[in-house]
Amino acid sequence: MVQQLSVFLQNERGKLAAITRALADGGIDIRALSIADTTDFGILRMLVSDTGLAKRILEEQHYAAGITAVVVVAVPDVPGGLAGVLSLMAGGGIDIEYMYSLIGRGEKKAYMVFRVSDEEKLLRLLAENGVDTISDEELDIR
Amino acid sequence: MAAYYQQEIETAPHETIRALQSERLAATVKRVYERVPLYHRRMDEAGVSPADIQSVDDLPKLPFTCKQDLRDTYPYGLFAAPLRDVVRIHASSGTTGKQIVVGYTKNDLAIWADCCARALVAAGGGPEDVVHVSYGYGLFTGGLGMDGAALKIGAATIPVSSGNTKRQITILEDFGSTILCCTPSYALHLSEALRESGGTKEDLSLKAGIFGAEPWTNEMRRQLEEQLGIRAYDIYGLTEIVGPGVAFECGEQTGMHVNEDHFIAEVIDPDTGEVLPEGTQGELVFSCITKEAFPILRYRTRDIGVISRAPCPCGRTLVKMTKPRGRTDDMLIVRGVNVFPSQIETVLLEQGYSANYRIVVDRFANFDTIEVQVEINSGIFSDIVKGLDRKEKELEDALRSLLGISAKVKLLEPNTIERSTGKAVRVIDRRKLLD
Repeated sequence: MVQQLSVFLQNERGKLAAITRALADGGIDIRALSIADTTDFGILRMLVSDTGLAKRILEEQHYAAGITAVVVVAVPDVPGGLAGVLSLMAGGGIDIEYMYSLIGRGEKKAYMVFRVSDEEKLLRLLAENGVDTISDEELDIR
Repeated sequence: MAAYYQQEIETAPHETIRALQSERLAATVKRVYERVPLYHRRMDEAGVSPADIQSVDDLPKLPFTCKQDLRDTYPYGLFAAPLRDVVRIHASSGTTGKQIVVGYTKNDLAIWADCCARALVAAGGGPEDVVHVSYGYGLFTGGLGMDGAALKIGAATIPVSSGNTKRQITILEDFGSTILCCTPSYALHLSEALRESGGTKEDLSLKAGIFGAEPWTNEMRRQLEEQLGIRAYDIYGLTEIVGPGVAFECGEQTGMHVNEDHFIAEVIDPDTGEVLPEGTQGELVFSCITKEAFPILRYRTRDIGVISRAPCPCGRTLVKMTKPRGRTDDMLIVRGVNVFPSQIETVLLEQGYSANYRIVVDRFANFDTIEVQVEINSGIFSDIVKGLDRKEKELEDALRSLLGISAKVKLLEPNTIERSTGKAVRVIDRRKLLD
């Protein structure tokens, strides 16, 4: 499992710039990022080089932030690769809250970030079916 | 020629009314001193005995009653009649979840109906009329108050109550309602709905509207009169005193006649409590002098207004009060419902939010909206959209159940609401309700 940082975003110009600037000033490297938006607000989700430090930096600047566990899956980078993983999850009774992709570094693998109903169960299921997951260390995340 | 419901009272010389007031005040003071422990104690503390109150001139000797007294004595502590004599209970929302509870004897209900009947007749009402009551029927005094009045004058009453606007339009059109009673904002909403359904004022038989329970401007009056083809009359009241019918407007539409034979009006300086001369703006204070079950004395309404005895061309000699020009506290009236920011604050704190919030009241398509903007914190935050949606929904549900009306919730980032050093500005009212 991997620790993910999420931040509450008001729909306002300059918010995202301010957050990424604050992280940059703290020496934080962003590995992956996705934004969910609604009419009223947005949620910024990130994998960063130091999750705990990043959360402290943002909270000091009065943002509401949280840390949650996500699973990063190394999906075979071939047609049907993602479909296979998703079918596996559907069959295993795992609900996906959201997912996004990460710029992959692996050979012929696409890295996907999953936030699911039951991470432990997903990890077991993937292991049983020979699907690789990526750890904090491999992504150089603390 | 103006019509009156009780001409001998409504046009009586002031000296006659004043003599009546003095006599009734003395009797009421004696009654509450004997029957209501709070008044007994307060008068003792002030060194006043019932024998000291012989006329209206003695009124300033009596202590004030305020809303907190009603909360402290919840539910029946201020009743001056035993429950066996009480035939009706009404209530309005309170600031801390506790309601304000009032009672009426049979006689009180008759007096109340008379007061509202004067308003109906002043608006041209009579036995041939079809009175459409769109105030809520229930604990709220609006619906049953106007209902009782319509019965008194022998009009055909349609107890539509509030809500279901589409059905209201059908009834207005098909049943031939001639007098509409509701909040002014709901009347505007109805006129809007009529237009949207392709109808016009020519499809209606309305001739008058009696609108109250919330502040409204003369601009709204012009709109309502134009759009509904009516004359629009104001009516004033509050649950604590009796409900609607404390004061009512006549055909002159230049202020409301106070039903002085039942309620004595005073205007005071809200800071010092000193009684101000007629014609001076201040806080309105009312004393009930005929009620049996809930006769409160010198009740501070927190409404700001002016009273005047300038002769009224309608022939009524009852003193006139202006529309309330504001509040001495932060109470908001939204869709006829009293809302205190402190009530909202209590809910926010209970649900784990901070006390950093803002209440934005606005009016869209003649419908009052209330939005509660509150800062989120890391404890409430969720990385999942539906988690945050659920938080908003939970807060909206809690607010609806406390306030009785729906409010929209908007989550804001922490530290986005300006911190003030003095009294925080919590309310932004964009409705411009005061002229």
